[in-house]
Amino acid sequence: MAPITTLHYLVVAAALFILGVIGVLTRRNVVIILMSIELILNAVNLNLVAFSRMWGLHGQVFAIFVITDAAAEAAVGLGILIAFFRNKETVNMDEVDLLKW
Amino acid sequence: MLPQTADYMRLLPEIVLTVFGMIVMVMDAAAEGRGEGRSRGRSIGRIKDRRIEKILGAVALVGSLAAITATFVQAQYPGFAFWNMVQVDSFSVFFHFLVAAVTAVVILTSFEYMEVQQIRAGEYYALILFGAAGMSLMSSAVELVLVFIALEISSISTYVLAGFRRRAAISSESSVKYFLLGSFATAFFLYGVALMFGATGSTNIATIGDVLRSGQIPLLAYAGVALMFVGLGFKVAAAPFHIWTPDVYEGAPSPVVGFMSTAPKAAVFAVLLRIMFEAHAPGRIGLIWVVAALSMTIGNLGALVQDNIKRLLAYSSIAHAGYLLVAYAALPDNGIPAAMFYTASYAAMNVGAFAVVSHFGSAGERYVTLGDYSGLGRRSPLLAATLTIFLLSLIGIPITGGFFAKFYVFSAALQANLVGLVIVGVLNSAVGAYYYLRIIVVMYMREPQQEVPVARIPVGLGFALAISLVTTIYLGVLPGRVLEYASRTATAWMR
Repeated sequence: MAPITTLHYLVVAAALFILGVIGVLTRRNVVIILMSIELILNAVNLNLVAFSRMWGLHGQVFAIFVITDAAAEAAVGLGILIAFFRNKETVNMDEVDLLKW
Repeated sequence: MLPQTADYMRLLPEIVLTVFGMIVMVMDAAAEGRGEGRSRGRSIGRIKDRRIEKILGAVALVGSLAAITATFVQAQYPGFAFWNMVQVDSFSVFFHFLVAAVTAVVILTSFEYMEVQQIRAGEYYALILFGAAGMSLMSSAVELVLVFIALEISSISTYVLAGFRRRAAISSESSVKYFLLGSFATAFFLYGVALMFGATGSTNIATIGDVLRSGQIPLLAYAGVALMFVGLGFKVAAAPFHIWTPDVYEGAPSPVVGFMSTAPKAAVFAVLLRIMFEAHAPGRIGLIWVVAALSMTIGNLGALVQDNIKRLLAYSSIAHAGYLLVAYAALPDNGIPAAMFYTASYAAMNVGAFAVVSHFGSAGERYVTLGDYSGLGRRSPLLAATLTIFLLSLIGIPITGGFFAKFYVFSAALQANLVGLVIVGVLNSAVGAYYYLRIIVVMYMREPQQEVPVARIPVGLGFALAISLVTTIYLGVLPGRVLEYASRTATAWMR
């Protein structure tokens, strides 16, 4: 069996990234869109950690920052979503229609 | 190795802004804890003692003024700080000053707005200060990790600020849109940074530049630059990443729009300058050419058909991002000063224009269509004249800052033999003149359709307007000093 190289990790990360992008573009539920964005961020983390095999610890430290930021972003995002839900009683993107999308 | 005193001095404006932001938050919470505020706060329609909010606003204003002062202290300590993550040079000092000044003007505008819209204002001022701290940090960051963190500090603050008229569905909707598309764009930026790290083995902008300059450019670096540009292009509202701009600008509170269309943009443009020129980004000219031409065209054509003045100014800001990007395709020694001059003059005129819009909108932002502005010239000559000057500057009429901004950008592009791009730009300026002049015509030559009240201009707003007006005209009459400063920066930087 061939050994697992950095390239393998990169391919997985790219697949995750594409899945995330497709999710953001096609899903209508805001919460699922948020989850898709998290998927992209995790693809980034995978990339960073994989590149750390080549270039040293920098990438892993960066990944920790990304994880922290993802948490902060999710907290603010859900807060914004609650404020929105109070006004419109929906989390469906198709009903976000007061402003031309 | 512990950080030295000089390290903290080089970060002084950010520290000042953060500390004042925290003071505002704590004071707000303390005032809330006492007395009637205990009934789980902020319920709808509660008449609140507005004195505490005035005080909070004043503290925030002092904070932004202290940050301007701190910028001068910081300028005494040029060099690197915190293990080469922060670089203080005349370039970053320029943007620090710009961001702090815009913050002060926006806070001055917000006093009246908050009172008229009956918004509980405590954390509003804190968020503006935190956002400003992030933007300042962005302009002095030379490490992509730090750029990312600063970008997020400023973005997360502005996401929340966009939804601050919580009771208006339109405002929270704009906040949701801004947040979703904004974090989508940040994810792209991050992916680009990760690829760049993979291609060059470093996240330090200068080191990346060294690696890319020496020898073969890896394919990954091209992908990295493209993805990073998607993320940053979103933040500056360049086409084709501009879809969010009109919606968010229409829904968000007007002073916030004035803030987020100038300060974060200036900071992101600073980051872009570093990435494009210092990191020696491959494929720069082709990428910028396309995006700049698209932004100018889409922005100006979109603005032609708008009836809502906030939407119109949103499209205009897309167009201006396009003009500004033209400077990025030019050669560094005159492209960088042109871009710096453009951000400064654009900040002055746009903050001013939105200050007028926020004053005129009155409670619930009811008066924001072009029809509401008819006859403004007679009802409030002073306000109309001020707005006229800002609009003339946005067109690029001589003796306003907008003229020299466009002039320097286009002449820098000509020196780099970008004749095609300059032709696109000049044609677009002509198109742009139409819709700006339309507002002026409506203000002076139409009879008012209905009775639209115009309140007296309060002191804070008066100061805000005066500052932006004086800056706009100063940059148009005596551009020499600012331009000379910018050129010196560019020469020092390129050496």
